[in-house]
Amino acid sequence: MTKVTLAKALNAGLRKAMEDDPKVLLMGEDVGKLGGVFRVTDGLQKDFGEGRVLDSPLAESGIIGTAVGLAMRGYRPVCEIQFDGFVYPAYDQIVSQVAKLHFRTRGNVRVPMVIRIPYGGGIGAVEHHSESPEAQFAHTPGLKVVTCSNPVDGYWMIQQAIASDDPVIFLEPKRQYHSGKAELDESATPAPLFTSTVARPGTDVTLIAYGPMVKTALAAAEAAATEGRSIEVIDLRTLSPLDLGPVEESVRRTGRAVVTHEAHTNLGMGAEVAARISERCFYSLQSPVLRVGAFDTPYPPSRIEEDYLPDLDRVLDAVDRAFEF
Amino acid sequence: MGPLDPATDPEFVQLLTPEGERVEHDEYAFAVDEGQDEANVIRGFYRDMVLTRRIDTESTALQRHGELGLWAQLLGQEAAQIGSGRAFRPQDFVFPTYREHGVAYCRGVDPLQLLAMWRGVDQGSWDPNESNFATYTVVIGAQTLHATGYAMGIQADGLVGTGDADRDTAVGVYFGDGASSQGDVSEAMVFAASYNAPVVFLCQNNQWAISAASERQSRVPLYQRSAGFGFPGVRVDGNDVLACYAVTQAALQRAREGNGPTLVEAYTYRMGAHTTTDDPTRYRMSEELERWKLKDPIARVRAYLTRNALAEPSWFDEVELEADALGDRLRAGVKTLADPDPMRIFDDVYVEQTDELATQRDEYAAYRAGFAPASLQEARA
Repeated sequence: MTKVTLAKALNAGLRKAMEDDPKVLLMGEDVGKLGGVFRVTDGLQKDFGEGRVLDSPLAESGIIGTAVGLAMRGYRPVCEIQFDGFVYPAYDQIVSQVAKLHFRTRGNVRVPMVIRIPYGGGIGAVEHHSESPEAQFAHTPGLKVVTCSNPVDGYWMIQQAIASDDPVIFLEPKRQYHSGKAELDESATPAPLFTSTVARPGTDVTLIAYGPMVKTALAAAEAAATEGRSIEVIDLRTLSPLDLGPVEESVRRTGRAVVTHEAHTNLGMGAEVAARISERCFYSLQSPVLRVGAFDTPYPPSRIEEDYLPDLDRVLDAVDRAFEF
Repeated sequence: MGPLDPATDPEFVQLLTPEGERVEHDEYAFAVDEGQDEANVIRGFYRDMVLTRRIDTESTALQRHGELGLWAQLLGQEAAQIGSGRAFRPQDFVFPTYREHGVAYCRGVDPLQLLAMWRGVDQGSWDPNESNFATYTVVIGAQTLHATGYAMGIQADGLVGTGDADRDTAVGVYFGDGASSQGDVSEAMVFAASYNAPVVFLCQNNQWAISAASERQSRVPLYQRSAGFGFPGVRVDGNDVLACYAVTQAALQRAREGNGPTLVEAYTYRMGAHTTTDDPTRYRMSEELERWKLKDPIARVRAYLTRNALAEPSWFDEVELEADALGDRLRAGVKTLADPDPMRIFDDVYVEQTDELATQRDEYAAYRAGFAPASLQEARA
């Protein structure tokens, strides 16, 4: 077993997928010689050649649109969008074409492609480099949307996403790329892709997170434990479809739920999760489901992003409010 | 008419004049495949164009009768579509807009399958992998990227420049003068040039993007756009089926041989409306339409065949009868295109159905089952 960062784990997962299936192609801006601006594709062009790892022209709609054609031809393109804020030029192709082709053609055309998007803030970046657009894609039928929170999930989930015959938006928490290592057992059997998981068991309140906020949620649970409060942390992993079985099971035990994400609070994933908990666990709830997200403003200049992003204290503040209700 | 007037453009490829005279061109000649009889091929084009026009006029009538929700008319663009459509080989792949009814016909798509889409029964039911003709694309220009990617795939498959006519493959993608302004079209040309993809961009410049004249889209002739991307562009008389065939065939062959993309601008005219909801009298002069009627793509072939005694009057009558029969089939057939089962809403959203959607489907099925059958409701009323 080796200890790897998220970036290395994704790299290893991509490599494995390319070894397993010659139809898997990587494409995107600077993914070849440079290995991507975050080095997630480091060394892959050297080993698989320019025919498998395509440095594309600087045009996101072009990357996604040509990937659709490649998928129609039988390939499995894995597209890298360099930063979250650069996905919007490809938005039409993703929403109007990628998401709808299978439905439009009554199943005659499949577009098995993965769109990798480094997302989220906290890295001190300039504008358009720190966004969390997941709800926009989760709101689009025809797409599947997943996000990994740790190196082990990154390794398995990217391979599972590539193996999926449906198009998958694959969100990578960019501030976790190089932030810590985990033991990776490549012989283990991973959980199915579209499942949520209990990241830390607890008994008093259910804290639901995904992607970059899982680490914060776990730290919050650790801090709360020192004060005698037991937080159960659930890592959603899949945003569309949602897998709320573990959430419902947890909330029926704890009676309280807080959901957190970096994205804007208004109409974010938290709103959907809260609504479903209300629909399905109403009589178990002892307080309203609370949301902790970013403010409903554009992403601010990086020097004040710590105020914008939900952090450990804001999460615990919401947990406190759940008990004060 | 300024810079867009083909009469002032020496690059304009025409091989059959509006009067039905064959003319020479320096670079392009109409040539049929070995073993084919030229007159027979031209008669075939005539027949294709007449049948295509009948599909169009019949469908317009069916919309007026309420059988179709909408129809996008191609009247006047028959030569641009049949000339290019007949230049493809079976292994080539074609990406249409939503107006390529003539190309669909060339690729063996049953016109009733087109009607199903315009009736609102489905969103394109033909299998693109059987006809090598993709589903209609409504978002303008989006398909140019799909075509370029598909062509990149053909290239990766090693099916370009093998020298085997049955293996070498090209992609053709249709779009209009309006779509030429879309960013996707420019991006497609960037990618196609960058990867030397075997794709032919087939722009039917029909002069009008709904109410916007083609001058609104471009200050230079559209075919010249390709120069900026680094591949050739050709402007062809889009109402001349022989020229459209010759130019498209050459461009496809160039792509199949591994020499990369070409832009073909078929300079034509949309004699009908944009769609059946459109009213062209609000934005263009009838005098313009009358001028283009003199360049009718079908009339000139008929004149050529007649003048050169390549078809008897009775042969033209037979083609008309065939068109009548096609019209009958469409009128009868459209009524058999039944509404789909509402539960189909939930099908094919994903290859692998999600539990969430399966639950929605089951709940809606139970909800529907809660209503009395329609027959019972009528009886009660």
